[in-house]
Amino acid sequence: MTPAIETEGLTKDFPIGFWRPRPYRALDHLTLRVEAGEVFGFLGPNGAGKSTALKLLMQLLYPTSGSAQILGRPVGDASIRQRIGFLAENPYYYDYLTAEELLTYFARLFGYGGTELTRRVARVLDDVGIGSERRLRLRRFSKGMIQRVGLAQALLNDPDVVFLDEPMSGLDPLGRRHVRDLILGLRARGCTVFFSSHILSDAETLCSRVGVLVQGRLVASGPLSAVLTLELKGWELVVARVSDLLQPDLAKLARQVTPLSDGHVLLHLAPDAEPDRLLAELTARGAHIVSLNPVRETLEDYFVQVVGSAEARETRGVGA
Amino acid sequence: MKTIGIVAGAAFRESVRDRVPYTMVVFAVLMIAASFLISQLTAGQDLKIIKDLGLAALSVFGLLIAVFIGIGLVSKEVERKSVYGLLTKPVTRTQFILGKYLGLVTTLAVNLSVMTVAYYVVLAYMEATATETMRAGWAAPALDPRQLAAVVLIMGELALVTAVALFFSTFSSPLLSALLTLGLWVAGHFNADLRQFEQVVDQPMVAWIARGLYYLLPNLAPFNVRAEVVYGVPVSASHVGLTLLYAGVYIAALLAAAIAIFRRRDFK
Repeated sequence: MTPAIETEGLTKDFPIGFWRPRPYRALDHLTLRVEAGEVFGFLGPNGAGKSTALKLLMQLLYPTSGSAQILGRPVGDASIRQRIGFLAENPYYYDYLTAEELLTYFARLFGYGGTELTRRVARVLDDVGIGSERRLRLRRFSKGMIQRVGLAQALLNDPDVVFLDEPMSGLDPLGRRHVRDLILGLRARGCTVFFSSHILSDAETLCSRVGVLVQGRLVASGPLSAVLTLELKGWELVVARVSDLLQPDLAKLARQVTPLSDGHVLLHLAPDAEPDRLLAELTARGAHIVSLNPVRETLEDYFVQVVGSAEARETRGVGA
Repeated sequence: MKTIGIVAGAAFRESVRDRVPYTMVVFAVLMIAASFLISQLTAGQDLKIIKDLGLAALSVFGLLIAVFIGIGLVSKEVERKSVYGLLTKPVTRTQFILGKYLGLVTTLAVNLSVMTVAYYVVLAYMEATATETMRAGWAAPALDPRQLAAVVLIMGELALVTAVALFFSTFSSPLLSALLTLGLWVAGHFNADLRQFEQVVDQPMVAWIARGLYYLLPNLAPFNVRAEVVYGVPVSASHVGLTLLYAGVYIAALLAAAIAIFRRRDFK
């Protein structure tokens, strides 16, 4: 089956310096395959090369070497634009237009007209939660609202593949949930979604697979659970109704005890603390269990670790 | 072609909603009106002054609109990154450039038409209020339709200057584009002097460069027939036709160069 997205050794160098420009490698031999219908999370810290890769796929940048295909056609093929959607990071649209006018403009470029155009524009604006504001000029929109307009224009043509660069950026919690639901809706209708993010929770909720990019290189790809070891670093247990008798024993059971409001106490437990046994003991002594959560390695921890080891390798390479 | 039209329509709408060109049109109309007041101070020369100042206002304010919108249409899109949204739609970079250019030329045509109507309104007032003695002293009738030849050539010149501005804005900053375009406009009006230059210099290299520049830079002098129409000297249809043809060829070359540069550009 033809993959939705395929790159082979995709590389991009930018010249740095004016008089004697030196090449700076923003993306280094990216080889990737995303199957049709997948939601693929492209993860990495800031400056890892995620946006560069997306712009190469959109032909906003030309590669130094390597190739890329979308829906089995080279990215330079103009016909694929009819079947894809793209949301740039921190998008900007013409602020002299209203949201409705902008989408009408783009819909006409897709070849829509008449009632079909009106219906489509109204539907995508509804989908992203833009109501009566659609008749306001975009210069009056907040960052979050512009992000929604950006999503609407990316979905205007019912695309087969959607590319979203940091789609949650600038959104409030409600907006983030809205976008997550939208992406899940796209997945349900078989649309391939390729989105970049540095937020683990987005990737966990949405992605069937992820790729991790660090310093322009793809350092890992596969299901999130396989990519991150998700090493258990400990447990966080919140208990209530702790009697005075029990209080001194808590310090022995936990690595750290933090009193919370309303008489609640937070216990930081070691990874090997056997929470089952502890819960039984605390319950038997009259305490009420409020919550128990594992503390795992975060994506941020992972990035720090991978970036650190990449830098160390580079230093050793230079020194050798 | 349809896509170019859609992009041109959006570029036209952008200019319409931008207040700058309208401020300039208002200034131009005020200047044309002021020329009427100035003419009252100079006995016998009134109509000539109105025509001189009026046509100059059309040309200068048209030029300012062409330069200041022309340099912004592409570079603003790139700087603000709105180009990302557009070029990922079924729009080629060639269609983008041509659409932007046509949109701006349409804006200029509309603005120039408004200024021309204002100009003719002042002339119509002169015609209505002039005495027979005054009319006898006029080199040409107030509402002489041959003045439209000057307006048509001003439009041709503005279309060419717009192409110059668009060309520069595909690879340089708005400020630099404005300076280069205005510089080229000035050079274009003194282009004929370059031809004479080789006769007054001894060094063949300098003469060769002057000749090269003469052929390379746009020759804008033929677009200025304002003095002729003010004095009622006929402007031949062939002069208008050939000058417009020259503008067409030069514009085509500039747009081809702008497209070639824009197609290779990376949008970081």
